Amino acid sequence: MTTTAPAGPRTLPPLGPTRKLKVPKQAERTLSNGLTVIAVRRPAVPLVELRLWVPFGRAHLARGAMLSQTMLSGTESMTSVQIAAELQKVGGGLSAGVDPDRLMLSGAGLVTGLDRMLELLAEVLTGASYPSEEVATERDRLVDRIQVAQSQPAFLAREALLKRIYGRHPYATQTPEPGQIRAVRPAALRSLHSERVHPAGAQLVVVGDVQPEKALDAAERALGGWAGAGRTAELPPTPPLEPGPLLLVDRPGSVQSSLRIALPAVSRTHPDHAPLQLANLVFGGYFSSRWVENIREDKGYTYGPHSVIEHSVAGSVLVAAAEVATEVTGPALLETTYELGRLASLPPKPEELEQARQYALGTLQLGMSTQAGLAALTSAYAGNGLRLDFLAEYAARLAKVTIDDVARAAADYLAPARAAVVVLGDAERVTPGLASLTTVRTEPVQQ
Amino acid sequence: MAARRSRIPATKYPVERFTLDNGLRVVLTPDRSAPVIGVAVVYDVGIRSEPEGRTGFAHLFEHLMFQGSENLEKLAHFRHVQGAGGTFNGSTHLDYTDYFETLPSNALERALFLEADRMRGPRLTEENLRNQVDVVKEEIRVNVLNRPYGGFPWLTLPPVMFDTFPNAHDGYGSFVDLESATVADAADFFRRYYASGNAVLAVSGDIDVAEATELVTRHFGDVPARPAPQRPDFTEPDLTTERRTSYTDKLAPLPAVAGAWRVPDPISDFAGYLPYVVLAEVLTDGDASRLVERLVQRDRTVTSLGGYLGFMGDPFDVRDPTALLLQAHLPPGGDVDKVLRTMDEELERLATDGLTEGELARTQARMATHLLRDTDAVLGRALRMAVLEQQRGEPGLLNDLPRLVGEVTEEQVRTAAATLRPERRAAVEVIAGAAR
Repeated sequence: MTTTAPAGPRTLPPLGPTRKLKVPKQAERTLSNGLTVIAVRRPAVPLVELRLWVPFGRAHLARGAMLSQTMLSGTESMTSVQIAAELQKVGGGLSAGVDPDRLMLSGAGLVTGLDRMLELLAEVLTGASYPSEEVATERDRLVDRIQVAQSQPAFLAREALLKRIYGRHPYATQTPEPGQIRAVRPAALRSLHSERVHPAGAQLVVVGDVQPEKALDAAERALGGWAGAGRTAELPPTPPLEPGPLLLVDRPGSVQSSLRIALPAVSRTHPDHAPLQLANLVFGGYFSSRWVENIREDKGYTYGPHSVIEHSVAGSVLVAAAEVATEVTGPALLETTYELGRLASLPPKPEELEQARQYALGTLQLGMSTQAGLAALTSAYAGNGLRLDFLAEYAARLAKVTIDDVARAAADYLAPARAAVVVLGDAERVTPGLASLTTVRTEPVQQ
Repeated sequence: MAARRSRIPATKYPVERFTLDNGLRVVLTPDRSAPVIGVAVVYDVGIRSEPEGRTGFAHLFEHLMFQGSENLEKLAHFRHVQGAGGTFNGSTHLDYTDYFETLPSNALERALFLEADRMRGPRLTEENLRNQVDVVKEEIRVNVLNRPYGGFPWLTLPPVMFDTFPNAHDGYGSFVDLESATVADAADFFRRYYASGNAVLAVSGDIDVAEATELVTRHFGDVPARPAPQRPDFTEPDLTTERRTSYTDKLAPLPAVAGAWRVPDPISDFAGYLPYVVLAEVLTDGDASRLVERLVQRDRTVTSLGGYLGFMGDPFDVRDPTALLLQAHLPPGGDVDKVLRTMDEELERLATDGLTEGELARTQARMATHLLRDTDAVLGRALRMAVLEQQRGEPGLLNDLPRLVGEVTEEQVRTAAATLRPERRAAVEVIAGAAR
């Protein structure tokens, strides 16, 4: 028999007591060659995660991209297939990637294979040979991949935004053109490797089912012999954001417009960081934000609008992004500007702040609850000179932020007058709507 | 020297199962290593159950389940989950639809309340329906219409491989069908498929089993009982002659191709199915795999390659009929026929000559890593256990998967490869409309 529901509305149950944020056991050692190793214990599954961050600022764009694409293509004693097969044997894998701040080697595997993965990592770091055949193959593949990227609206909008906000700074262009890739030869990769892939200033993070001290020993055994000192390069601070006319990038035939808005932001250690983070959440940084509730849940203009504070070594920026239907491009920008202006000029409601605060605190717990999450967080922190202890400090700061703090941060950073706006879309169809709101400068899409 | 074989490790997640009087099946899997929980509710209805003229309806309905419920206003669900520090989502598959949260563990009761409330009844209003039709259209534009290779191959290959509406239609839906959906359709869909007897609830992570059992019973116990509908038979005969089709993607700069072959029933013939899961990895997992070595490194006829079971990529959550898929992107002017021929040749070689020493063991070791890594997240565990309970009544299979994958033999992989004949293949080619 079915029980009948009790009459009257049911009420939401309260939350249980909050569990305090517990930073996991970790250890750290700087080897004599200058490599810093950080090991963190999370034994939930018999795996281990590796992240090696090598500072790579101001590296040649095309050569850097090719270096990451071919670093695992062979050494004096091993072919690319042998490297991959040896990693596979211990359930492991390694991949390399590059951005304007760093070269990153990432991997995961069975914890019983930690020593072997570290040996193979060392093999590549000290002996990558950039064989001409493999370099030629990877060159063509990378060219194709960039071509595919250049047909994606999200990629094109991102490129236009970076150029718009970074001007002459090295962050302005982050993807090389196919022609530049085609010009890269193995010799250039070997010299870039010897010049820039060295242990001084690099950070290796090991997270998983390990005793941290033992993991440090294993890393020291494998990587202690990684020698070589080369050039280091400091990036200049990013330039202040220059507001100005809306940049409309014409992509004829688009059935959506990609809306990108950059606003100023501060680094994780800045006193304004916690209040700005909460202001960002209230605006558009999570689903229960004003922006999402307005342009998605109320008006149906878009599927997944979101805003996020991006931290790089040389500076931070807040980016709001939405793909909106072509016919509502103007109205979507209007609502966006309205929500930014409303938050910058009126304090949020107490319940909005509490909700954002709980979300920020909760997602810290969630982010730490997997080996991969901890590895990503530890590495991102280490690359910016921070350690996991900062999590506890950050949580304490979030807990203390007041409504006034958020209102001030919103006024200082989120005011629409401070925004740099880029729209990628069909100019013929969207110009009238946008031009009725702001000054528009139009450029053809770079393809 | 004999190839050293990595021991395949296993997890030992404890599993508690029970069924409420209203037919709701419940799986609890405690793990107190971090103060977080994963909550998943899985309904046994997906794209294959959509009525004709209502393509995309299962997915549209998934959106409607977030638009308020018996005791909750529109937007309340989002606010209550995120305001407890959690994240949420839902997704629509061929054979099921899931709803899930991951939260700090002090929000367990709140999550159960929210899921129970919408299981009793979502707020199906005209305004919410029209709003979410617009949102879904934007989702389709962003994922399919405004980008190259949109819907390739998961939307473009099934109509080549299958003939019946349930298996062949577009699961994202046509704008015409989406726009003509009514509140009455939604109410009917809910009544029929969103029954307590057609659902599984799984909770994983930092829970006490006794307390969680009590809370589940308190919140879900009075959800009105409705039995699960009979699941229709979606069986179709296997192909006996090759089927090929092609279409021009006006945004795609490079050609691409996907081929697929039917595989044994993943549920009723799991032992027969598993070798295909391993085979897909032998063929495509990393630089040391068969097809990557041959097609990418040696021949340079493709620039990227993937292989997997099930059109959505997870081998352990699909029912029959399903397929093994191989897909590749080609360089400019690439020859799709040649790529398919080389795939045939490599399959033939594998079937005839077998695997090289250590090839199978290393593939299995890496598959174990992938399986373990996916279950490290509490939510990954809850979702998979919910589906395993729903489709097999066997959530604990999750603990056994790395071992079972490790027990697949070379002979089984060879036999599986031998069945992937050109005459049983369905293939779809993307013609690069934006090639320069």
